Amino acid sequence: MGAEAMELKRVLICVALMALVTYIPRVLPVTIFRKQIQSRFIRSFLDYTPYAVLGALTFPDVFFSTGHLCSAVGGTLVAVGLGYRGKSLVVVAMAAILTVYLLEMLL
Amino acid sequence: MEWNGSMNSMEKKESIKKSFAEGVRSGIPIGLGYFPVSFTFGFLAVAGGLPVWVAGLISLTNLTSAGQFAGTNLILAGAGYVEVALTTFVINLRYMLMSLSLSQKLERSTGTLERMVLAFGITDETFVVSSLKTGTLRASYMIGLMTMPILGWNLGTVLGGSISTLLPQALQNAMGIALYAMFIALIIPAARKSSHVLCVIAAAVAVTCVLKYVPLFSFISSGFRVILATVAASALGAYLFPREEETVQDDGQKEQEV
Repeated sequence: MGAEAMELKRVLICVALMALVTYIPRVLPVTIFRKQIQSRFIRSFLDYTPYAVLGALTFPDVFFSTGHLCSAVGGTLVAVGLGYRGKSLVVVAMAAILTVYLLEMLL
Repeated sequence: MEWNGSMNSMEKKESIKKSFAEGVRSGIPIGLGYFPVSFTFGFLAVAGGLPVWVAGLISLTNLTSAGQFAGTNLILAGAGYVEVALTTFVINLRYMLMSLSLSQKLERSTGTLERMVLAFGITDETFVVSSLKTGTLRASYMIGLMTMPILGWNLGTVLGGSISTLLPQALQNAMGIALYAMFIALIIPAARKSSHVLCVIAAAVAVTCVLKYVPLFSFISSGFRVILATVAASALGAYLFPREEETVQDDGQKEQEV
């Protein structure tokens, strides 16, 4: 098997795993448990996980996601500012890309 | 007697069709809203080096934003199977709450097979729409509801992926920040509204930085860093600021932001 085929195999196994772990939390409660989670701690924990995971994924890695630290910081500031004003995902992403693009042309 | 029986089954068929159509109609705005997001996903995945068909396969089998963005990010970074699976799983844990909540609202007579099909279509947005609907939920409505979102999500991915290679290199480099910008757009509005959420995010970032920059922890890979930070910060948040008991509607409105 060539290196490229190996890599494709790894990617496809990853995709299958992702599909599986995305389906399991969707399907188990509605088919098997059919009961309400009683523990307030677990309910709160589950409420907080998406924010925690996205925070941990974003910072500090976002600062190294472009060619220069400066352009990344600029893009991040624009994204935070627009996010604070409640702009949509797409608007925030496009504005950040544009900011990075323009800053990198200046650098 | 017999005539009555067949009339009933015809009526039943008719009402299943009607609730399916109602679901499809309710799903149109969701599908339209998904299009630009999945377009960006397809674009990023292909710019990162995946073939268009793999990007499409991810959208087809995952049908979720944050989870598949993060998983794809890790795939492109060359992460291992356990990291990819665990990180995606942690992000998708919230679906358990929605799935539980929907199971309370679903018609009691709904069969297991139907439940397995409709479970695939549970997303933040379809959850909100269906939990705000008055009365019990029928499987046919739920399956109708997921059709347009699935269509929008996959069409956007394939189109975004297809034009990805046509853009100039400099712009493709700048795209590296797009994913993070979307993550920021997901968490900042929630952090603005709730100081508890802000604390949880800050704690998660702090743990990530400690694990990343303190040499003692350098054996921990990036995927596990995220998992450890998430579990620690969410547990801290649940311990310090337990959420008030909520109705299904409140849950829905809250989940809409993620």
